[in-house]
Order: sequence, then C-alpha cells, then structure tokens
Amino acid sequence: MISDNKTCIVIGASHAGVNFAFALRKEGWKGAIILLDKDKATPYHRPPLSKKYLELEDSIQNNLLKSLESYEKDNISLSLGKEVIRIDKENKMIHLSDGSSHTYDVLVFATGARAFIPPIQGIQKAKNIFTLRNANDVANIRKAFHSSTDKNIVVIGGGYIGLEIAASLKKLGANVTVLEREKRILARVTTPLLSNFFTNIHESNGVNIYVNKRVTQIKSEGNQNTLVCSDGSAHIADIIIVGVGIKVNLELAAEIGLHINNGIKVDTSTKTSEDAIYAIGDCTNHYNKIYDTNVRLESVQNAVDQAKVAAANICGKEIEYDALPWFWSDQYDVKLQIVGLPQGFDNSVVRNEGDKKFSIWYFKGDKLLAVDAINNGKSYVLGTKFIKANAIIDKKKLADPTTNLKEIIKINTQSR
Amino acid sequence: MAKITFIVNNDEKILVEGDSGNVMQLAVNNNIAGIDGDCGGVCSCATCHVFVAEKDFEKVGKAGEIELEMLELEDYASDFSRLCCQIEVSDAIDGVELTVAKEV
Ligand SMILES: Cc1cc2nc3c(=O)[nH]c(=O)nc-3n(C[C@H](O)[C@H](O)[C@H](O)COP(=O)(O)OP(=O)(O)OC[C@H]3O[C@@H](n4cnc5c(N)ncnc54)[C@H](O)[C@@H]3O)c2cc1C
Ligand code: FES
Repeated sequence: MISDNKTCIVIGASHAGVNFAFALRKEGWKGAIILLDKDKATPYHRPPLSKKYLELEDSIQNNLLKSLESYEKDNISLSLGKEVIRIDKENKMIHLSDGSSHTYDVLVFATGARAFIPPIQGIQKAKNIFTLRNANDVANIRKAFHSSTDKNIVVIGGGYIGLEIAASLKKLGANVTVLEREKRILARVTTPLLSNFFTNIHESNGVNIYVNKRVTQIKSEGNQNTLVCSDGSAHIADIIIVGVGIKVNLELAAEIGLHINNGIKVDTSTKTSEDAIYAIGDCTNHYNKIYDTNVRLESVQNAVDQAKVAAANICGKEIEYDALPWFWSDQYDVKLQIVGLPQGFDNSVVRNEGDKKFSIWYFKGDKLLAVDAINNGKSYVLGTKFIKANAIIDKKKLADPTTNLKEIIKINTQSR
Repeated sequence: MAKITFIVNNDEKILVEGDSGNVMQLAVNNNIAGIDGDCGGVCSCATCHVFVAEKDFEKVGKAGEIELEMLELEDYASDFSRLCCQIEVSDAIDGVELTVAKEV
C-alpha cells in the first residue's frame, strides 16, 4: 500500500483532516498528501470559538492546530479556500470550485458538519443573525456585537454551543436570553439534573433561560428583531445566534453512492462502503465497540482518534477503532468533563463534593457507562479508568464523598 | 521575552522564544514533537505533558487542582509533571527546560 507515487486526498482540514494528514505521514506514507478546505484560515481549534476565543477576542493565530511550517516540514500540501464540488469515483478524481481537478489513490472524507438553520418564518430576512461553526462566524459576531448599542442578544437553542456562546457574550457585557424548544436545556445530550445545574449557573450569571419556547417567526424592522414563540411570547433582539445543532456535510458522499445513515457509514477501520475511500470525524456513523452500538459523535476526541485509525489502516497496519468517547464544555467557572456514552443508563449515582464540584455516574445495572464530572478532574480520570477496566463499583461508597474514589471498586473484572 | 528549551525524544534540544500565550501553543507554533494539544489548551486532554527540569520547578510553579488530577491519566507522571497549556509564557519562566513526556 505504501508507495512513492500514490496520492491521498483529504477533504476537510479541521480536527479530523489535519490530524489524519500528519498521522498518515508518521505511519510512513511516502506519496503526496493533499489537504483541502474551503475555509481560508490556517486550520484552527474549533472548541474555543464559543468559549475563550469569543470571550477574549483572541487571534486565530493563537489557536492553530499545527503551525504553517509543520505542513511544509511533513510535505503536506495544504490547499485552502477551495471547495470540492464533485467527485468522479470511476476516474478517481475530484473537481474543485476553482476549476482545477486532482486524481487520488485514496480519498478521505473529513467534511464534518455545518450549522443547521431551522425553517423559521422570517429567518432569512432577520438582522444580525449568526450561526457559529467557524472562525469567520466569530469575526462577524464580534463586529455586530461592537456596533450594537443595546446588545440584546437572543440565542436560539440551549445546547452546549448555544450555552457557551451565551456565557461568553454575557461576560462581554451583553443582555442574553436563551430560547430552548424543549422543556429543559441540554435535553438531547444530558440528564435533568445537569440541565438544572446549568440553568441555575446561567440564571445566577444574569442570563435568561426560557424553555418550552419554540420560535415560530422572526419579525425584523431596522436593526431590531422580534422573535415570536408558539406560546405567543415575544423577545426582542438586535443580535440573534442560532445554535440548534448541525447538518452533516455528506452531500458529496451521497452523490457517489457511499452508504449513509445519519452520517457516512464506516467500518472499524474507518473505511466507507468503497475500498479506496475513508471517512473520519463528525461526518461518520461508526460502530463503537465499548457500547456495542452505532453512533455519530461530534467531538474532538472522535475526530482525532478516527484520524489515527484511518492513517494506520491506509498504511497497511490493521487496527480497529475502539476508543472511549470523551468531551468537555467550559461555561463561566464551570468545567464539565464527560467520559463515556450515558445512553441507555437505568440508574445513576451523584457524588457531591462541594460547591459546584460534583459528578454523576451513569450505570446500566452494575455496568458503568459514563461519568459527568463538574469541576472534578479526579472523577473524570478515575471514571475513564474504571470504564476501561470494566470495574464493578460499590455505589454506596461512590455516593459518599468522604470515601476515597480509588477505594470504590468492588471487583475489577477483565479489561475490555 | 522568555527563552524556553524543549527536550524532545529525550535527547534533541530545541530552543524557542515567546512572550505571550501558553507554553502548549508556543510548542505547537514551533513544531515541538510530542505536544499535541488536542483540547486547545483548556486542561481537558492531557496531550501536552512535560517534565519540568528540577532546577526550574519553582520558577514554573505547581500544577493546579484539575491539572494535577488530569495528570493521573498519564502513566509516567512524576512530581515534576505539568500540562504545559496551563503554563503562561512570560519573563518569569525565562530559561526553563521542559522535557516532552511523549516520545515520537
Ligand atoms: C463552537 C463549537 C464548540 C465546540 N466545542 C467542543 C468541545 O468543547 N469539545 C469537543 O470535543 N468538541 C467540540 N466541538 C465539536 C468539534 O469542534 C468537532 O467535533 C470537530 O471540529 C470535528 O472535526 P471534523 O474535522 O470532523 O469536522 P469539522 O471541524 O466540521 O471540519 C470539516 C471541514 O471540512 C470542510 N469541508 C466540508 N466540505 C468541504 C468541501 N466540499 N470542500 C472543501 N472543504 C470542505 C469544512 O470547511 C470544515 O473546515 C465544538 C464545535 C463548535 C463548532
Ligand atoms: S492542551 Fe489539552 S490538556 Fe493541555
């Protein structure tokens, strides 16, 4: 497989694509590596965009995934500002927005996702309305923020990203309201306990959190928007941030007939339904070995780990993707760290270790599935170790914060 | 301006300079192998682990609470371990020597 004159083309130069390109070189790929993205900026970290980067008005130069020189050093052709518009599978060729084309031996989809725009009446005509997925979005939000006198901001959607944006803009001095359609924020991703905790954190910081608010219409006049909800309530905003989730970038993959089911289907080596085509990161639907289920994850962990697996397999080293998922979110002085997937839990234990410091442990029967750790690195780290070791935990001891976490294991069954 | 020496793969010494930001980003900007910085510098991934030279440890200072806890994810952490995204680049750390924990 490793040959001097083969070409590997990667569509998407973000967490998945960039890590893949460097891993491929490290695994011994001698041929060309072409890394393409329609985004013009040198590839950067996405998570800070809604957090520190937004709040501190930082420069993207301080948030690069890799320095520009490292691409040169590893002989990776980084081609930015170019969109792949068509793939010719038969001739193994990709066509770009600038009219050029390239042939490949191996093609990797690292196309990720884009922000979803909900079909709300009047949304197209709304003033100063933004989504947040890339650095340019932040630049636009900042510009609008600084030219706004009222700084009345409504965030549609109380997911992690929406809440992080709310926290960051609040710290910058805005009046922030979050409108959530479900009966609690974070409904799709976590349990009521954590939803409540974050509601309180936001409210005590002066952010209005309104739930059961389905925005049905946006009326705009001058620089003023009025968001009308299905319950008849109206909310005024001069800036609107839409944070209602994402849409996977899979049109190109669908066009060439790759198997798709809530993401591009890949096997444990990250290969798609076509032999020379792989897919990694947010755009994939993959099998998770630890949870014996198919998932599509939106996380840096998954992007980075799949990138490494793809690179190894393309270079002939047969390894399986078997990573344990992890994730984080930072809001105000709260650091949330999550390990594992709680889906399907039937009981949970809360370990309360003080003000804004606790952890929630999710089980199915006695099997530990996931841990949410709030300002609590120890629970996160030990949770990681326990899940990996398939440890059986003494739940009584776990719930008692005076016991040492290291002493809560009942039996250490065979590692997974 | 701080001059910082990274020791990579336990032998190669690389001298870099910086005056702001954190040490992880400085390392990434200077292609220091073994510093990945997957979480972007928020103490969530432990892929920026360094050993501070004993003589410099006081200068650099001790790890914070969550940082110390995160270091437990690392099998080879020592008393001189730090997650270098949590170290500010400033004159205060001029001249320090950091050994990158992950060999590549
Ligand atoms: C604001 C924000 C905060 C986040 N916070 C966290 C967090 O705290 N923790 C965490 O783990 N994760 C977080 N995430 C998620 C994390 O950023 C993603 O999981 C990660 O970026 C996925 O990487 P990826 O490379 O798969 O896809 P993406 O980052 O989506 O990158 C895909 C790239 O492909 C390019 N592309 C797509 N189609 C084409 C085409 N046809 N031609 C050329 N280029 C194309 C796009 O321009 C894009 O740059 C956050 C995401 C956002 C937006
Ligand atoms: S960069 Fe992630 S912990 Fe330092």
